[in-house]
Amino acid sequence: MSRQGLFDAYRVSQVRVENDRTRTLVFESPLPESYPGQYVMAWLPGIGEKPFSISGNDPLALTVADVGPVSHALSLVRPGERVWMRGPLGKGYELISQSHLLVGGGYGAAPLSLLARQARTIGHSVTVVLGAKTRDDLMMVAAFEELGCAIYLTTEDGSAGVRGLVTDVIEQACMEQHQGCIYACGPTGMLTAVGKAAQLLELPAQLSFEALIRCGVGLCGSCELPEDLCLTLGISPGFLVCHDGPVARVN
Amino acid sequence: MAGLAADFLNLHLKNPLVLASGILGTSPSLMARCALAGAGGITSKSCGPEPRAGHDNPVALAWQGGVINAIGLTNPGAQEEVSLLHETRDRLKTLGVPLFASIFAPTLEQFGEVARVIADAEPNLIEVNISCPNVASEFGTPFSATAEMAAAVTREVRRAVSLPISIKLAPNVPMIGDLTHAVAEEGADAITAVNTMPAMLIDAYAGRPVLKNRTGGLSGPALKPIALRCVAEIASRVSLPIIGTGGVSTGIDAAEMIMAGATLVGVGSAVWEDGPAVFARIANELTGFMVETGYSQLGEMRGRAMR
Repeated sequence: MSRQGLFDAYRVSQVRVENDRTRTLVFESPLPESYPGQYVMAWLPGIGEKPFSISGNDPLALTVADVGPVSHALSLVRPGERVWMRGPLGKGYELISQSHLLVGGGYGAAPLSLLARQARTIGHSVTVVLGAKTRDDLMMVAAFEELGCAIYLTTEDGSAGVRGLVTDVIEQACMEQHQGCIYACGPTGMLTAVGKAAQLLELPAQLSFEALIRCGVGLCGSCELPEDLCLTLGISPGFLVCHDGPVARVN
Repeated sequence: MAGLAADFLNLHLKNPLVLASGILGTSPSLMARCALAGAGGITSKSCGPEPRAGHDNPVALAWQGGVINAIGLTNPGAQEEVSLLHETRDRLKTLGVPLFASIFAPTLEQFGEVARVIADAEPNLIEVNISCPNVASEFGTPFSATAEMAAAVTREVRRAVSLPISIKLAPNVPMIGDLTHAVAEEGADAITAVNTMPAMLIDAYAGRPVLKNRTGGLSGPALKPIALRCVAEIASRVSLPIIGTGGVSTGIDAAEMIMAGATLVGVGSAVWEDGPAVFARIANELTGFMVETGYSQLGEMRGRAMR
């Protein structure tokens, strides 16, 4: 962490539109010593601060869905403007085995795109399951294609891929190719279902949770995963998303 | 063989290290996690009369000297808190770890009311937080600012509950010895010293304070010498046991705090580096120090630096 946890200003070089409400901000410089699944606290002085998983680390990229005041302000940032960062923070994904199943719900695709890049760079095979409400909500499909990933799509309304949820195709994706581990990011309900599916398939899983992160350094306790969820998935109770995660290992 | 056992009021702790109030909130699972990780005692985050969301981000930052925070007394309110404390106390009891319940209130009268509600959970001690540095814009000057106000809160809480009470003091007062004396006169059983130091960090490139609340409480290594001075002065004025808190992150730091006069040692910001595993590490280091230097129990070190 540069300057020991204080903020560093990063200048935006490019803004990519991912879908109607989601932009990827690509910055001019890298985020040193970071790896997929980690996050930064992004600060717009005078507006606020919010956690974002990194979707690129060299150069730094953050994928921002416009869902609240801070993310709205970030989605309006233009090339040449600055965003302040502290990080990298937390514990991310760790590639185990040679063949990987990545499962992303909605903007959960963002950190997985960096993980897929890392795995493909070292020649591992990657299968990606992307799910969303509708075709228009799917994200980064082309990016995963360019990396040479096998792709399954699901939408709740059936407008693209299989009608249904990501969990409806996980088993098939596993049967068609031997998978060593499932890596997932998305809403908590999806992660719970993916964690249970992994248990049935007897595969280890790494689940990246979203939470209300405040301090970002494991002190305030605001981001604790609910204890019943921990017990359901076999995660040690008292799990702090900001410090022990955001990625939790199960099985 | 050096022993870490610590007697405090009517309690027997396996070691003197206490999770400081405000760290890791109020959830039973997190409090139990710290106890399992080796804390000798647990203090829950301060609870007030009403639920509070706390301040907006940024609320905390690590910097070269430790941590600065303005969480803003996030808590579920006394009514909700009391059931959490019940559960926490039960879980800690099976681990042989006492629970200290921290309370705050915006007015004198409400201190008594919150204490009465929280006493239902039968914590081993109520810690009375009269020194949060981050809510002055809402609540006015902290009660820790003068001996008169600190004594008045102590009297109010003393009247409200029969449980042991410890008053948590601020470091930024001119005569902490006089203030402690006034608090002791009103029936405090112990003193917790100190809270964080009011402070500010500015980002020069952004041209503004980094915390949304502008100011916050400074803790970690930069606070330690300030806390040592306060604990030493308090120990010289009253015979009450002291929970010495401020910047302790190693076993040597803990030994220094005890040598200044503390009976128990609060650990807070140090959790940032290692997580709850910090308790076992500090305990091991403290044992190592005692073996190396020939102390067999904590009492031999207590107040030694001031004799």
